[in-house]
Amino acid sequence: MIYISLLLVFLVSYSFYFIGKKRALNISTQRDQTLSALPDYYGYYSVIIILVPAILIWFFLLIFKSNFQEIYVMSPFLFPDIDTWSASKTGLIMNKITNLSYIVNLSDIDLSVGDKSILKMASDSELIAAKNLASFDKIYGWANVTLFIILPVFLGFIATRSISSKLNAQPIVERVISYVIKGSSYIAILITFGIFFSLIFEAVNFFRYVNFVDFFFNTSWNPNRAFVINASEGFDQEALKDAFGFIPLLTGTILIATVAMIVAIPLGLLTAIYLAEYASTRVRDIAKPIIEILAGVPTVVYGFFAALSLAPFIKDVGESVGLPVSAESALAAGLAMGVMIIPFVSSLSDDVIKAVPNSLREGAYALGATKSETIKKVVLPAALAGIMGSFLLAISRAIGETMIVVMAASLRANLTFNPLEPATTITTQIVTSLIGDVEFDNPKTLVAFALGLTLFIMTLILNVAAILIVKKYREKYD
Amino acid sequence: MTDLSKRLASEKRFKYFAMFAMCLSLFFVVILMLKIFTTGSGAFIRTTIEASVYFDPSAIEVTNESSVKAINKASYVNLADQIVKDNHPNLSDEKFILVREMYTRKFDFQLRDYIASNPNIIGKTVTMEITASSDLDQIVKGNYPRDVPEAQRKINDYQLSVLDSLDADGKISSTFNLWFFTNGDSRDPETAGILGALMGSFYALLICFSFAFPVGLLASIYLEEFVRPGKLTDFIEVNINNLAAVPSIVYGLLGLGMLIGVFGMPYQVPLVGGLVLGFMTLPTIIIASRASLRGVPPSIREGALAVGATKTQTVFHHVIPLSLPGSLTGTIIGMAQALGETAPLLMVGMVAFVMDIPGGALDPATGLPSQIYLWSESAERGFLEKTSAGIMLLLGFLIIMNTIAVIIRRKLEVKW
Repeated sequence: MIYISLLLVFLVSYSFYFIGKKRALNISTQRDQTLSALPDYYGYYSVIIILVPAILIWFFLLIFKSNFQEIYVMSPFLFPDIDTWSASKTGLIMNKITNLSYIVNLSDIDLSVGDKSILKMASDSELIAAKNLASFDKIYGWANVTLFIILPVFLGFIATRSISSKLNAQPIVERVISYVIKGSSYIAILITFGIFFSLIFEAVNFFRYVNFVDFFFNTSWNPNRAFVINASEGFDQEALKDAFGFIPLLTGTILIATVAMIVAIPLGLLTAIYLAEYASTRVRDIAKPIIEILAGVPTVVYGFFAALSLAPFIKDVGESVGLPVSAESALAAGLAMGVMIIPFVSSLSDDVIKAVPNSLREGAYALGATKSETIKKVVLPAALAGIMGSFLLAISRAIGETMIVVMAASLRANLTFNPLEPATTITTQIVTSLIGDVEFDNPKTLVAFALGLTLFIMTLILNVAAILIVKKYREKYD
Repeated sequence: MTDLSKRLASEKRFKYFAMFAMCLSLFFVVILMLKIFTTGSGAFIRTTIEASVYFDPSAIEVTNESSVKAINKASYVNLADQIVKDNHPNLSDEKFILVREMYTRKFDFQLRDYIASNPNIIGKTVTMEITASSDLDQIVKGNYPRDVPEAQRKINDYQLSVLDSLDADGKISSTFNLWFFTNGDSRDPETAGILGALMGSFYALLICFSFAFPVGLLASIYLEEFVRPGKLTDFIEVNINNLAAVPSIVYGLLGLGMLIGVFGMPYQVPLVGGLVLGFMTLPTIIIASRASLRGVPPSIREGALAVGATKTQTVFHHVIPLSLPGSLTGTIIGMAQALGETAPLLMVGMVAFVMDIPGGALDPATGLPSQIYLWSESAERGFLEKTSAGIMLLLGFLIIMNTIAVIIRRKLEVKW
């Protein structure tokens, strides 16, 4: 419903564009007055007058919906002693009413046995409140739609009335445009802050259940413990001490990323050298797009490939030479990830190598160096900073990669540096802890945010380092 | 100085080494594609069993006069069982169960759809191609070996003998599997389709585009045309470059924590999935769009300013139309990436079992890549085929989108 009302706002403002423009044209043709701006600008002016307040109000209503809900449901008529309740009691009762509201209007046939007993245990006023809540969405939706028909039309009339030959719409419109484009570029910053704060907020909640030191330095990871303890008497930090130990996830992530880098860095760099220095234009034109196909393949495909073909293949090879290899070995996930990252390394390094000025190469040739000597002793050292930057980005990519490890790596935490054994990663555990029931009051769900925050900070450091290195490098040769 | 011949040999070695590395990278592409296409092609074919179907009025709850609603509501399980019995006469109860397993469990739905689209069929006999069960399908396609001990097979010896006699009568045939393109997800591989996931991805991309394209375009205009260089711009720039490299799963957590947790948006819907994909695509679009704005020569701007246009008019009337193809190319490439992105969809719940085809951005849905993930987690051989077929479809869409981007770049982009 509320999205329909947003659509309505846009429709009404769009039609007032024409009304405003028409009115401006009428002023200039029929009353023969000279307009202060082009007629179009009066149309834009009307649109702005409608859209800016309407959209602000729309967002306000969207964000504060739950507050309205609570005011509507928790009326003093139903609960006379509401003033004496503590905040946590209000929250509990609100939760109960929310749960009741899903079933309160169902007929007897649709209710399961458990639901019936919940209904019987509720007090009369709670039942009424639940019925109110069940109807709230509908009422709220319709109120919203009505408001967003009346409000834009009203604003539109005000805007149209205010159009006269003396009103100079152009500077107004241009100023609003400048605010809008400025705001758009701040959205990028907002997203970063949004990521940061949503992660921090839930991570802090997590650390209320689990000790900070236990999380970062403990070596055992059994998140399912949180389930076992859950039901009875809440959580206490002692009991969860060994449930969320971050260390095995970190070693698993590093192990798999290392395998990936061992594949991707030499192959990617050599491919880039061949393409940039040796290949003829024809070979380059064919080979480069084909390798870039590897970069465009979704990671879920690599994950499928790793789990279906690569892992069994490695297991068979290992067993034929007498090595015990797990079916979910870190090696399989790491190899698939390495193949995924080859084009990433090669295209970034390719750009960097091409940016090395030819004068350096020619100087080396003039001294009698062969091509490979020039590459090894002149071009690569000159491009070193940029290549390092691309490696850092590749590492950041490898530790943040999700689907390959979710599908091919193990779910069980295992503190090991042996690539033939199973290992789990940070991203795998984020996914497993969020699949199924998501409850924001359970450490098993919340741990995903703590892990996400750690992952975000790790990649942030790598990315910013890479960005700054590459930027410096560019300035050197520009 | 080493000997010249040694140096030349090392030169050659290095060159071949580099060439070998490139060929190995190319080899990976070929292996990957080959594997996907060989496993996936089977999903487009389904095995059917020809049978004569008598629509026995006594086994059907509805009549020829019933409304469509009544027809859709009625059960056809008895009719399905009876038809199987008619086609395989004189079966003991035990054997009947085995034979029934050879036909799809959803046979009754096939019957319902047939009755709904052919009124007055009740009481008549027709010949129908009935979809076989997934296990039978895999045997016929040769994906399950026949010559292993009975205990290791999904189809036992008796069912094999029935299959062979049906085959000898010419009743087993293979047809194009239209269901794969028209059905939602299903527990049975033979009736599972990709349309639900496809629509989910479509709505998500629609939301993604309508958020990321305008915001990205406007932000790039501000950063490239209006802003003065300074600390704040440097910060925004590093920030955008960093956002482009933030792992996609972190965007998923943003969607879960912020959009669902704080703003109370619903779980499992393309609206949230699309917004998250939009956040992810935004930096790509801004970077591409800025590059294309930078490509418009200053003479265009100076010409417009010289004849008295304001800065806003110059940018919106002259610069943007020239840079738009470049921005669009970047947008399409960004959307292609978003289409293949799975982890954020997992985080916002677009990875559940959804049978219905979503009718809008607020209906529960899966996306194309998350459907692939779901199927890949399933143990049945029939879903393996579906997974690969889903991947083929996904890759097909990616190729189409990238081709469109290349065409726009070639045809519309102005070369200065």
